[in-house]
Amino acid sequence: MSETLALNRIPLDDYAELLGAGEIEELRALAKPLHGRSIEMINSTAIGGGVAEILNRLVPLAEELELNIKWDVMTGGEDFFDVTKSFHNALHGAPYHSSPRDFEIFLAYNERNRATLPLDAEFMVIHDPQPAALIDARKPGANHWVWRCHIDLSHPNRAVWDFLEKFVSRYDGAMFSSPEFSRQLPIPQYLFYPAIDPLSEKNQELQRDFIAEVLARYGIDPQRAILTQISRFDRLKDPVGVIRAYRIVKRYFDCQLVLAGGSASDDPEGAVVLKEVLREANNDPDIKILELPAWAPLEVNALQRASTVVIQKSLREGFGLTVSEALWKKKPVVASAVGGIPIQVIHKHTGLLAHSVEGTAYQIRFLLSHPEIAAKLGEHGHHHVKENFLITQKLKRYLTLFLTLARAA
Amino acid sequence: MNAAETPFEFVTVSYLTRIGNQSAGTLAELLTGLEHCSDASIFHHTFQTLGSHHFLTEGFSNDFAQWVLADTNRNDLAEQLAALDIRDYVSIAALRSDLCRVVGEYCAAFPHLATQAALERFYFCESVEVTAPLGRSARTLDEFQDAIAHLSHAGFYFHFISSRLRLQLRTNDFSHWLGNSLGLGTLADSVNHIDIYTNTLDSSRAKLLRLIDRERRKA
Repeated sequence: MSETLALNRIPLDDYAELLGAGEIEELRALAKPLHGRSIEMINSTAIGGGVAEILNRLVPLAEELELNIKWDVMTGGEDFFDVTKSFHNALHGAPYHSSPRDFEIFLAYNERNRATLPLDAEFMVIHDPQPAALIDARKPGANHWVWRCHIDLSHPNRAVWDFLEKFVSRYDGAMFSSPEFSRQLPIPQYLFYPAIDPLSEKNQELQRDFIAEVLARYGIDPQRAILTQISRFDRLKDPVGVIRAYRIVKRYFDCQLVLAGGSASDDPEGAVVLKEVLREANNDPDIKILELPAWAPLEVNALQRASTVVIQKSLREGFGLTVSEALWKKKPVVASAVGGIPIQVIHKHTGLLAHSVEGTAYQIRFLLSHPEIAAKLGEHGHHHVKENFLITQKLKRYLTLFLTLARAA
Repeated sequence: MNAAETPFEFVTVSYLTRIGNQSAGTLAELLTGLEHCSDASIFHHTFQTLGSHHFLTEGFSNDFAQWVLADTNRNDLAEQLAALDIRDYVSIAALRSDLCRVVGEYCAAFPHLATQAALERFYFCESVEVTAPLGRSARTLDEFQDAIAHLSHAGFYFHFISSRLRLQLRTNDFSHWLGNSLGLGTLADSVNHIDIYTNTLDSSRAKLLRLIDRERRKA
């Protein structure tokens, strides 16, 4: 059975202190013509992953605006999720040998969910490839269907994309996190950024004592410069490259490096990468490699807030919301110019971009030498996130989309 | 205190960014894109971007200049593009014409640079605009000042920056109303001189409120 999720209330007015009452008044004004109109969000998981994390906050906030919104989760067996995991990787450009059986499994589960999900809201928002074929349930002229793609489709596996494109082309619009991730499609495509929640445990303000306690727990010296990369132990996040950049910086500055990510215990590839990272660190006491249980949001928050410079030296990236998290905390960021990072880090305005180990090291040294410039970048970064990458902005984008669709009808 | 016959009706705006089908990897391709993209695209990368990046008051002017600077490293061309001031334009056609002229002249003068690959591509996008009334209006300077103090960034941007295109005049909604409905021509003129490139939306608003305070003290 599919599942409609019941979520706890999140008072919209809680955001007024951070954003200003005018911004909340504006959300209410935009939502007014949509009062009572129905919206159905559909994805494939209620827990875990960025999409579920966002919907958990977005749906209650939309309810605060008197929208008739519900979030349904499609169901599938292990075989379905094996296939969609392969599709996900193939759409990201990983090697994949298509098999007709995979496509049959995909279609069979979509058909089964079409029978159990209501799919009758005025605005249907389908997230990611898993439920894309639900569009077959659409009755001509009955409602508006949009597809929100959270993955990078810039270099997709041809066979998988050709299969999906037949469904996607029948939506009224598609939303991507970056123009670079979009495809040539016969339907309008819109830019929809992922978002962070300023009131979540990962981003809320923290007491100084708590930050000090976290640093003490991991043996990090608050008196010396702290360079931090928060990311899982994945080669695409280039943790070894970060250590190499740190070693160059270390020739000139007394600093520490923190590499913090989720536990690698249930991720075989992560465990291999972690070993490579430990080997590269070579027992340097100033390199702290932290495996955090289930991402420990308050600890990540504390580490980011304690950092002198935050690094995101990814080789490939989706959007890279850890960058927005750091910018929100007014931290100077040095990051690779890949995926959605340049949207967040406007070079020399909201952070510094780099293209190599040496470039990353140079930019970090520059920031350590010019703390006043680092502070200004952090300040601008905070405003950039406030204007563009907060959950309230995402809500506003959805309201604008629904109003646009309704207007076009 | 004077009361206007026509009240100032406060409105807010929200933009959806539509991804276009054009992109540029060289200056020559940028020129082609500028010649052929929609008016909504020129608006998006000039007027709208100034609103969404209002907090950058040093060296950020429009998306074209920023791309030329960061991704092609042509500081001289970036400077010329950044110097195009949207306050000088009451039509997108005129702004497009000047953007094309600046990039075209540069490509003609330095043909070897026109085809050099940029670090990252430039993607042409366009703005889809939705407006909504805020249910606030003002007939007096007091009411006007109070509403301005509570206005969202987007609402302030709509009346103070993008209104120039709507009005087809070299002014903004606030100045237009202050001058024409309240007869406060000098105040209207001072408001119109607040520099939107070197001020954020917040500091522009603060200056506007100070100017109103000064006007009220005179009364």
